[in-house]
Amino acid sequence: MNFETIIGLEVHAQLLTKSKMFCRCRADYASAPPNTHVCPVCLGMPGVLPVINRQAVEYTIMTALALNCIIPEYAKFDRKNYPYPDLVKGYQISQYDTPFGRDGWLTIEINGTKKKMGITRVHLEEDVAKLLHRKSADGEVYSLVDVNRSGVPLMEIVGEPDLRSSEEARQYLVKLRTILQYLGVSTGNMEEGSFRCDANISIRPEDNPESMAKVEVKNMNSFKAVYQAMDYEAKRQRQAVAEGWKLVQETRGWVEEQGKTVAQRSKEYAHDYRYFPEPDLPPLTVGREWVAEIKARLPELPEDRRDRFVAEYGLPLYDASLLTGSRTMADYFEECTQTGAYWKLPPDTAAKEVSNWLLGEASRIMNASGIDVSQFRQKINPGELSGLILSAHGVINTATAKSVLGEMFHTGKEAGEIIVRRGLSQISDTRQLEEVVIEVINSNAQPVADFKSGKETALKFLVGQVMKATRGQANPALANEILKKRLTEG
Amino acid sequence: MTRAYLERISRVEPEVRAIITVTDELALKRAQKADKLIASGGDAGPLIGIPVLIKDVMCTKGVRTTCGSKMLENFVPIYDATVVEKLNDSGAVLLGKANMDEFAMGSSTENSSLFPTHNPWDLSRVPGGSSGGSAAAVAAGETVYALGSDTGGSIRQPAGFCSVVGLKPTYGLVSRYGLVAFASSLDQIGPLTQDVIDCALVMNAIAGYDRRDATSVPYDTPDYTRSLVADIKGLRLGIPREYFVVGMPAGVARAMKTAISKLEELGAEVDWEVSLPHTPCALAVYYIIAPSEASANLARYDGVKYGFSYQAESMWEAMEKTRESGFGAEVKRRIMLGTYALSAGYYDAYYLKAQKVRTLIRREFGRAFEKYDALITPTSPTVPFKVGEKVDDPLQMYSSDVCTMPVNIAGLPAISIPAGFVDGLPVGLQIIGKPFSEETILKIAYAYEQATGWHKRKPNI
Repeated sequence: MNFETIIGLEVHAQLLTKSKMFCRCRADYASAPPNTHVCPVCLGMPGVLPVINRQAVEYTIMTALALNCIIPEYAKFDRKNYPYPDLVKGYQISQYDTPFGRDGWLTIEINGTKKKMGITRVHLEEDVAKLLHRKSADGEVYSLVDVNRSGVPLMEIVGEPDLRSSEEARQYLVKLRTILQYLGVSTGNMEEGSFRCDANISIRPEDNPESMAKVEVKNMNSFKAVYQAMDYEAKRQRQAVAEGWKLVQETRGWVEEQGKTVAQRSKEYAHDYRYFPEPDLPPLTVGREWVAEIKARLPELPEDRRDRFVAEYGLPLYDASLLTGSRTMADYFEECTQTGAYWKLPPDTAAKEVSNWLLGEASRIMNASGIDVSQFRQKINPGELSGLILSAHGVINTATAKSVLGEMFHTGKEAGEIIVRRGLSQISDTRQLEEVVIEVINSNAQPVADFKSGKETALKFLVGQVMKATRGQANPALANEILKKRLTEG
Repeated sequence: MTRAYLERISRVEPEVRAIITVTDELALKRAQKADKLIASGGDAGPLIGIPVLIKDVMCTKGVRTTCGSKMLENFVPIYDATVVEKLNDSGAVLLGKANMDEFAMGSSTENSSLFPTHNPWDLSRVPGGSSGGSAAAVAAGETVYALGSDTGGSIRQPAGFCSVVGLKPTYGLVSRYGLVAFASSLDQIGPLTQDVIDCALVMNAIAGYDRRDATSVPYDTPDYTRSLVADIKGLRLGIPREYFVVGMPAGVARAMKTAISKLEELGAEVDWEVSLPHTPCALAVYYIIAPSEASANLARYDGVKYGFSYQAESMWEAMEKTRESGFGAEVKRRIMLGTYALSAGYYDAYYLKAQKVRTLIRREFGRAFEKYDALITPTSPTVPFKVGEKVDDPLQMYSSDVCTMPVNIAGLPAISIPAGFVDGLPVGLQIIGKPFSEETILKIAYAYEQATGWHKRKPNI
């Protein structure tokens, strides 16, 4: 029997607000020692009260707008009750039935076809403390609680079960993260846990409108993990059915090292969160003027920027899509176009050249050293890169320029300095090159004969020999010209 | 002055037992500071150097705050409640922390897991609750005034039982920040004082918007003492008949009639035939909403972070045993009630319905206040009962607050003032106002107090 895979993703994103969701503690705890960004409120001391962070609400509405959601006029917070040592109050302040945004969508492109993926809701809640599990010298297992994370604003984006493959899931997630980064509301960093994803996945027999038991998959800490876990789970469920097993609704955890999902121990308590309206926070009226004002402040979103890159810079759609795939990359590109060096490049090809460098050699360096654009930018800024690109017009050849970029990255030095120190300037001096050409002709009798008997490819070999003899410094076009002249004349 | 009160405390406390923690050293230090400030001609408000007792449910930095519970028996807060901050700023001298029913759940102070408090008018009787320690201490002269908290009558009922003045302000008028929550949508802090003037003075000090409490209302608070003019001519007073419940002792009913006649005599226009038919629903609504909120508010006491902690092998066992042995019977009963009312499948029938009826009660009051400036009722249907008389019958105990609960449900202000005695036991008169009409009810209370002088009678202790 044929099955269709059905996936819905739930994403939690920490918001980049200055202070926490309900108190004035700093929300940025990444480099803070444990339990230093705390106060009576986020510690859940007796008698404390929450006060709503307006910025967090704005960020949530902003996100909901970017995801084409309806923004209801009425919103409130609710208490979600469950006991756990990382939940300091014994309840989490969340939004149950009145999210800030609902019924939206985002688009992804699969094999060149656009697909609209539904967004069920976007709501706001508070993050919980972090448990650190430890083992003492004598083998005793214990846990420590770090409350720094408690109360950090957390936005939840629940997607409709519209995704049909692991690739669609990956694209959805990448797109969502890109949007959040464009909005500047979240770092979108999965490895650091500021962007988390849980998945609901089931399979549906082709001839049946009902899908089989839904499995919730947790513990996926990277985009790759989501892709692999969805792939694994889709196969596992099909195989289980083929072998005659009955699928059960359960929660499974992705085990990265083993490349598989395993059933998680059923919780001690059946889940009844006993939601009820948070009495410490009056309901909110989300004024239409406020929404309009937030909407007016929305930055350019990825698709708009991509289209503009095509129109404004004449870039191919492919390049524009890749460049605008991350806000920092797109920003980097646009900064390059505002440098003096850029304006000295041939206007027809300048943008495409910058794009080639960014998507080519620069991306290769970033991938090889496992860094992102902002880290790359700290080593080589747009002005420096543009300078290098200009050097590749006449001063050095492309291959040399690539090696110079590598050295710039490792040493932090500017292109000009490296070119001068390494004596890399191209030999464009005709007399100097002629000497080399004569030497090459004299020591390569066979290829010379080949060329003379009409074998054009032999010329390429000879140019290569000139390049070799000059350790790559010869201007290839000039070398080609001189060789041709000598061979046809002589 | 502080020393005199500390002496009085050590003399009567063995019998009354109104105070959990006496902060004598701190009090003397604060008193000296106040003396210096007064001597130097500094800006001294009316509360400077005046001793106060605070119900042990409000956080006091560095001073243990037990909530009358074994769970927090050794809990020392790291911050001051807003009201405590405000009193400190006005130079008040904290004498100590007053006894109460555990987590403010109760009507007799017998639910304190530390010890019960006795009524200074008759030591074999209860002082009411849950602010029983605060009321008894004011009545017994152990403090000039006290702060209490009122969720369903916890300031007014003990004020009535101990013949002192107790005001529950409009919901949102006094900050709840630092008040250990029982039922967040009902809790309010208020003063317990010897007379109405003191009540107004304390209100001046504690009322007002607090940005740390999202439910506090940005309201320009007046000088409450300016409303203390003994002139109530032409004020329209309504007497809702539902508050004169079946089974009310004849003596109490008679005392009420006398008191209301007095108000009429003073020039108020009294309508004896008002009906608020939803009144009997208030008790049911209260016992859904308050326990529901409490079940969440009390979830944080799990022995992980502070307070009582049961040592056990596993995490879950430790958390469960902490709650099992840290909470008293009444608290556990209400946590169970609330947990049940919020459970899947029951939420609509209980919590949601209770919220709807709450709206009906609120509207009913709203309509009444279109016609009347205030409503007059008894504070409690009975005089103080015997210690132990109702501990085994929760329903009997709960109905002790039938006259006060509707006020919390509607978020209204109400004051209980001494209104005489039945067989030597105090009776309280409750004056209910519309939201933020504290000035009106203080004025009525003041006029009555001036005309009767019940507040001048003190217990023989």
